[in-house]
Amino acid sequence: MSDIRRRDPRKEWIARNRLHPQHLEVLAALGRGTGEEAASEWMGPHGLIRRNPRAVGFIGPNGVKRIDRSGAQQGQRAGGARASAAASKPRVEIAAPAFLVAVVPDMAGGRLTGHDRDLLGLARQLADADPAARGAVLAVVFGEHKEDDFEGAGVDRLLHLTGPEIDGFAPEARLGALVAMDRAWGPRHWLLPDSKLGGADLGRRLAARLGERPATGVWQLEADGEAPLGWRCTARGAAGTLDFQRPMPRLVLALAECAEPVSETRHAAEPLALPEALPIQLSRIQDLGQVAVDPAGVALSEAEFILSAGNGVRDWDAFHHAAEMLGATEGASRVAVDDGFMARDRQVGATGTWVTARVYVAVGISGAIQHLQGIQTCDKVVAINMDPGCDMIKRADLAVIGDSAKVLEALVALVEKSREEKRNAA
Amino acid sequence: MRPESHHDAPLAVTVLVSVGRHPLTGRGRRADQDARGVELSHTLTGAAVELLHAGRLDEGSEAALRGYLGMGFESLSLLEQPAGADVLPALAEALEASGPQLVIAGERAEQGEGSGLLPYLLAERLGWPLVSGLAAVEEVKEGVATLLQALPRGQRRRLQVRLPAIVTVDAAAPAPRQSAFGPARRGDVDVQAVPARDDADLAQWQAQSARKRPKRLKIVKAASARDRFKAAAAKAQGGGGQVLTEVTPEEGAEAIFKLLKEEGVLR
Repeated sequence: MSDIRRRDPRKEWIARNRLHPQHLEVLAALGRGTGEEAASEWMGPHGLIRRNPRAVGFIGPNGVKRIDRSGAQQGQRAGGARASAAASKPRVEIAAPAFLVAVVPDMAGGRLTGHDRDLLGLARQLADADPAARGAVLAVVFGEHKEDDFEGAGVDRLLHLTGPEIDGFAPEARLGALVAMDRAWGPRHWLLPDSKLGGADLGRRLAARLGERPATGVWQLEADGEAPLGWRCTARGAAGTLDFQRPMPRLVLALAECAEPVSETRHAAEPLALPEALPIQLSRIQDLGQVAVDPAGVALSEAEFILSAGNGVRDWDAFHHAAEMLGATEGASRVAVDDGFMARDRQVGATGTWVTARVYVAVGISGAIQHLQGIQTCDKVVAINMDPGCDMIKRADLAVIGDSAKVLEALVALVEKSREEKRNAA
Repeated sequence: MRPESHHDAPLAVTVLVSVGRHPLTGRGRRADQDARGVELSHTLTGAAVELLHAGRLDEGSEAALRGYLGMGFESLSLLEQPAGADVLPALAEALEASGPQLVIAGERAEQGEGSGLLPYLLAERLGWPLVSGLAAVEEVKEGVATLLQALPRGQRRRLQVRLPAIVTVDAAAPAPRQSAFGPARRGDVDVQAVPARDDADLAQWQAQSARKRPKRLKIVKAASARDRFKAAAAKAQGGGGQVLTEVTPEEGAEAIFKLLKEEGVLR
């Protein structure tokens, strides 16, 4: 169906006229329901929000009209409206872009990181600067990914490259792909994240190969008519002690929070393919895979996977065994530390360490606000708890209500079983 | 470090060192990452290690450079370059002439542009492979080095690279030993005059001491004041979390196991 809203003045007139014989069916057709369900807010034909103040509220038990402003009644409706607004963000299609802005996100863990989203926001600034000749943002993604919101992040074109030769640490193969891309489409700007996750390395390799002098550590951008590309940038240098003001070069390695991420529009994220196959090259660097590191030796603030214990844990030996089997770094809530079961440097929360784990498993932690602050930046939180009403359950992406010792025991058994199967298969 | 009596030729290693800058006092010092690189070269058994610096020798830099000599070296080669020069050609020619098997450098300089590009440009010019962010060199055997690369979150990756190669060290590399005063004083700085090329671009840029970056505000895009208030006052919530009640421990464990597998944290 097309997005254009068509008005039917006759139907609207019937909808206003309660005495009209077709009143009810027209109301149903317009999707406003009947009686007390009449919508108080809707999007008008020109995108304006129209309000019907008479439809707000409900008739109370004494026959008096009541308007509940506590949110108990309207909150749900507002939530629903916002959810639909997210789906109906204006969609921007750029059919014939004047130029391309190439972005190579890090995609740590297969998803766009916050840094990547900031970078895409920056790319949108560059692409949309001139409304008469808009550019398109082209994102290059290496390997398998789990991201499903490239549209909302501001990607117009998506080049997804997969294959055994670019998996793992393969800077030379990836560089070859980027150079082939540069030759095929000649993007006006290249943006990469200046991050340890790989963007800094790949960007510098690309700069050396293309013979461009990049701007590194860029955190600010402003339009400037005199610069060759029309932009000036501010770049951090000298171990973060100097700011360099310089015309923006073609290749930019930007820091996190260099721009606001895209939030108001949706884009096409149209898949692209390279016109020719990638050149096969002999890699001089061979990736032998990740090395198992002792999770207990990893600092809590940078651990990726934390198993954290709280007041609900009774069997501490089983907990330590589970952490060892899962390969998780151990954390603890304040109570567990105060009671002497865990060391002070293992405490997670406002008074302990603010963790950045991707997966945080809270065992027997009810979720004091100080603890929840400490795990704000965790992606996935799993809670194992007896009390279904506690705050940790509300925060968790997956919560299991039950005896933590038994669940952990079952989990360890599962992990052991899968390891055993893998060993037998190998 | 003196090469041990070995039947084959010792591994020739060059460490590129620079003059650092103390973050608080602003005085010259051993650059932290370069010092780690020097320390890393000590872990290579049977290597002939050479220190190489391109820059000026003056009061400020001499103490810093002698700091490297105090880590157990008798001499340091210095390619004389004026301030604000592009040191790439001088270094590339010196490396081509001496032909080391392994070049160790810090990730980025503590003075000047500090873009961290030099190792990449050197690798491109010499046609050597480059590995960044090293934590350790495990083994060098038959022209192939086995390296341990530091990843974020304390992880490590094992790589094999064919020599000659350039490697840069990360802050995860072993901490540098203290510089000994006597050897540092006695050590020899071997100054060689080489032609210099000006860095014209750098001279055009405006440099100023780093401003504090503005903190990002949490922007709430809400239509009504009530929504804005709710967003400001709300506790952090996962939103749409799955809650499993009335399940056996096995079913609960199964669900958690599935999530851990999906996230790829189980090895």
